[in-house]
Amino acid sequence: MHSFGTRLNTVLTLAALILALLCTLTSLSDNFNNNNKPSSVKAHVEVLKVNRFRKQLSGNDEVSLTLNISVDLRSAFTWNTKQVFVFVAAEYETAKNSLNQISLWDHIIQDKDHAKFQTQITTKYLLIDQGSNLRGKNIKLVLHWYIMPKTGRTIENKMVMSDFRLPEAYT
Amino acid sequence: MGWIGETVDSIKSIQIRQLLSQAITLGIIVTSALIIWKALLCFTGSESPVVVVLSGSMEPGFQRGDILFLHMSKDPIRAGEIVVFNVDGRPIPIVHRVIKVHERRDTGEVDVLTKGDNNPEHDRMLYARGQQWLNRHHIMGRAVGFLPYVGWVTIIMTEKPIIKYILIGALGLLIITSKD
Repeated sequence: MHSFGTRLNTVLTLAALILALLCTLTSLSDNFNNNNKPSSVKAHVEVLKVNRFRKQLSGNDEVSLTLNISVDLRSAFTWNTKQVFVFVAAEYETAKNSLNQISLWDHIIQDKDHAKFQTQITTKYLLIDQGSNLRGKNIKLVLHWYIMPKTGRTIENKMVMSDFRLPEAYT
Repeated sequence: MGWIGETVDSIKSIQIRQLLSQAITLGIIVTSALIIWKALLCFTGSESPVVVVLSGSMEPGFQRGDILFLHMSKDPIRAGEIVVFNVDGRPIPIVHRVIKVHERRDTGEVDVLTKGDNNPEHDRMLYARGQQWLNRHHIMGRAVGFLPYVGWVTIIMTEKPIIKYILIGALGLLIITSKD
């Protein structure tokens, strides 16, 4: 009746069940935290300088910007947070596209101690349009952050930072 | 350790009625696994609701051996989301993050560019020759949930098939010899 095989089976099944239960409870605990509310996050992003603005040989507009970024995402961290992926996207409309969303800079924050910082950087990815619509275009800078858990559901949030009007002429 | 002798005895003593009941138990196990899988397909709307991460291109977010749960909804694809996509000519789907989205005003069709968090460059080099963007039909789903390490089981089984056969054999033996 209680052979080695059945005992092993019981122990393994119980272990797997408990692990699954703990993982579920951990992911459910995210619902009681306030880290999914954008209001607890302080951030500021603005354009300091247009480094380069030109039309590529392919006909697409290309912009390189210098950004001033300061974020405080400490409130996003809980015991179930593995990392926070934060990025700044330029968002705008054109005649052809109802939405253009282009990531300019991103960063992975792995712990709470590094979640508050201020930096001035040139854009990691160039702002490249589909076509040539960027002269005099008003773009929105939006800060997005994705809270990636140790186990469970990813929480996404965003916050509109500032508007910026690109120059009327290429540099 | 009378376990082996006991096992042999129990195989000898199998009656036809017992054999039938075991066959039914086995059938129930297989069908319930199938039911769970099909139900997952139904709820997530993705053709493969669970994928195993095979490369380190999304580290430190996802490591090799992690399991991702996919969801394919009608919601538009947005920058920052982690999607699983197929590229023509590549048998294995790729899990990467969306960094650019262009959504057409008239048709709603999207052009998407992806990048692995741990890769220095975006994915245009990984796409099919001459392919600039991913479209909706390339995308199998977006990653919504995450379970660490569990995928190692499948990675080990595909890379060392002998372990798979040993495991299946042992499980089969266990089912045949169990008497309760």
